[in-house]
Amino acid sequence: MELWFTERHTPNVKFSIRVDRQLYSGHSDFQRIDVFESKEFGRFLTLDGYMMLTEKDEFIYHEMITHVPMAVHPAVEKVLVIGAGDGGVVRELTRYASIKEIDMVEIDPLVVEVCKKYLPQTACRFDDKRLHIYYEDGLRFIRSRENVYDLIIVDSTDPFGPGEGLFTKEFYGNCYKALKEDGIMVNQHESPFYPEDAIACQRAHKRIVESFPISRVYQVHIPTYPSGHWLFGFASKKYHPLHDFDATKWNMLGISTRYYTPRLHGGCFALPAYVEEMLRDVE
Amino acid sequence: MGQYSQKDAPIFEALERFRKMRVVPFDVPGHKRGRGNPELVRLLGEQCVGLDVNSMKPLDNLCHPVSVIREAEKLAAEAFGAAEAFLMVGGTTSSVQSMVLTVCKRGDKIILPRNVHRSVINALVLCGAKPVYVNPQVNQRLGISLGMETAQVEHAILENPDAVAVLVNNPTYYGICSDLSAIVKLAHSHGMKVLADEAHGTHLYFGENLPVCAMKAGADMAAVSMHKSGGSLTQSSFLLAGPDINAGYARQIINLTQTTSGSYLLLSSLDISRRNLALRGKEEYARVVELAEYARTEINQIGDYYAYSRELINGSSIYDFDVTKLSVNTLDIGLAGIEVYDILRDEYDIQIEFGDFGNILAYISVGDRKQDVERLVSALAEVKRRYKRDKAGLLTQEYIEPIVEVTPQEAFYAEKESVALQDAAGRICSEFVMCYPPGIPIIAPGERITEQIIQYIQYARKKGCSMTGPEDASIERLNVLKGV
Repeated sequence: MELWFTERHTPNVKFSIRVDRQLYSGHSDFQRIDVFESKEFGRFLTLDGYMMLTEKDEFIYHEMITHVPMAVHPAVEKVLVIGAGDGGVVRELTRYASIKEIDMVEIDPLVVEVCKKYLPQTACRFDDKRLHIYYEDGLRFIRSRENVYDLIIVDSTDPFGPGEGLFTKEFYGNCYKALKEDGIMVNQHESPFYPEDAIACQRAHKRIVESFPISRVYQVHIPTYPSGHWLFGFASKKYHPLHDFDATKWNMLGISTRYYTPRLHGGCFALPAYVEEMLRDVE
Repeated sequence: MGQYSQKDAPIFEALERFRKMRVVPFDVPGHKRGRGNPELVRLLGEQCVGLDVNSMKPLDNLCHPVSVIREAEKLAAEAFGAAEAFLMVGGTTSSVQSMVLTVCKRGDKIILPRNVHRSVINALVLCGAKPVYVNPQVNQRLGISLGMETAQVEHAILENPDAVAVLVNNPTYYGICSDLSAIVKLAHSHGMKVLADEAHGTHLYFGENLPVCAMKAGADMAAVSMHKSGGSLTQSSFLLAGPDINAGYARQIINLTQTTSGSYLLLSSLDISRRNLALRGKEEYARVVELAEYARTEINQIGDYYAYSRELINGSSIYDFDVTKLSVNTLDIGLAGIEVYDILRDEYDIQIEFGDFGNILAYISVGDRKQDVERLVSALAEVKRRYKRDKAGLLTQEYIEPIVEVTPQEAFYAEKESVALQDAAGRICSEFVMCYPPGIPIIAPGERITEQIIQYIQYARKKGCSMTGPEDASIERLNVLKGV
């Protein structure tokens, strides 16, 4: 018997992983949730059939969305995480003793429940005392927050589905308002490669540039995402991702990582020419 | 034919049967199920173009319905609590016009509020009836026209005992209702018919705890915009009639202007939407009300915006309020409604129904999702944060009492000349000027132009209202009656 999970990356490109067995399948009010077990990638989570994470490569995503801003901002105490029901971002954040409070806003309680049960590799720090989980729409949550966070991490799904509102100008504007005067926002920024994704990526960048004085994009390689070439956005009110980056200080924390390094921090902001051009077009 | 119930959709079912017959078309439309126009098929899909067929025996004929269209009409009449229902394919404009033309002839008087849709006054241009306007009251704080006070309607009736009908907006674009039941009673006791423009009132027939619908209030005819809150395709509409209307005559009137090639896309959409509302309307509109109430609460929490509701009810000019309407006053932000409307579209990719001088209206319907409401509310919060300014210099929409000098028909067909807008004061206008939407005329044919009206038009233009009506599309000149 051959059992394969297949995701369409474009109408003409498919990506498949051979599945050992399906561990969970269910529908929440917002989406379909599935967890599979595979030989190559370990367990993996999909929402509405789109790959969210695999045990094998999730470290790349979670380290890069967390440690890049943490190594720039000198004193992060209060963090807001939007989305992130798998727990990966929270796991990385809880490694910093300096952080005092983490608010996590996830629209779908079932995602958290399923991850706690089937993906303990990421959903392993939900019991941290500093963490407070709010189950509501991120856009609604942020509307009433003003000048409270040092860092906002937007760990959203794609802009087609429940995550749609997290790619809008009203969302980025409200994030700006919710950040303190030297706050940083980092977001999942889609891929520049396939045309449909590239348009979403470009639009997000345009919306962020309109809302923040400093807006840069950095890249990572995530094997199970469409094209493997993925971007994160770094938007900031005061700190520059490279000029204000303090490698020595971060090294002193003694946090061990598998993907992120201070040397990579400098390199990941160097983008391919076509990506630079695409972003420049909307700046 | 008693075999049909509200669970059926006779036109839709006939189309399904027809499709399975695989009839070879040697009739119009010439695209022949799309084969002759592949680009159109790519745009609309095979199923859609396949439904675009001609009137024929198995599918009935809109002009003279005897089978499935007739059955659909009967089911619609039953669903809406009317004696008769007509399926309309020329928009609610055609419903409104047919309703006016059914009860008014040349020279007849009709009593109506001035904040009617242009289609009402257009009907007067067509038939030559004389408008008798009842001043709608105005809420000064919000700058919106309200309903008609029953006492004022009575006054108009007593002053014009020869009038043949009273027309009522039920509700207005903003959701405001007059005391329709009392007006019906009053008009009927003076031998006058009552017409209801329910372009914004389809849901009143199916939802709970909403203002009374025209047929229930005893009105004689109602134009119901099924495509607005009812879910059918744009341009489809219902005309309803009570027991005292001669249905055969009404159909003759409809056939004066209605196409003889009624679109089956529109007709089947009416049929299916009627079925949906009859079966599930109550729950669906309960959801709409809940969404609208949620949005109102959240918007009022932002501060400075005022999303108004039933607290406005005053027993007369605001006899009732339709809570599915999400009208928001923006003046305390320091922005005209039309400016907020433009910002939402240009910067936030959010299209709302319209903005006027002091208000915006977001249309909430069965198709809305909570997450989209979150976007609207959040965008409004952002607009406030980024744009809030002093409100000095903002006008509210004042009610300008019309000075009717000649009937709309006389003015429209009179000999006329073109004058510059700023030189037009004192002349009698021969055309409409309006902001669209909402499409309520600032000035209508036959009315005297005043300085106040000119200033109003100039302000609306400056604030970016999309203005329509005059022959001169830039609205720098107006056509006025020659030699008057």
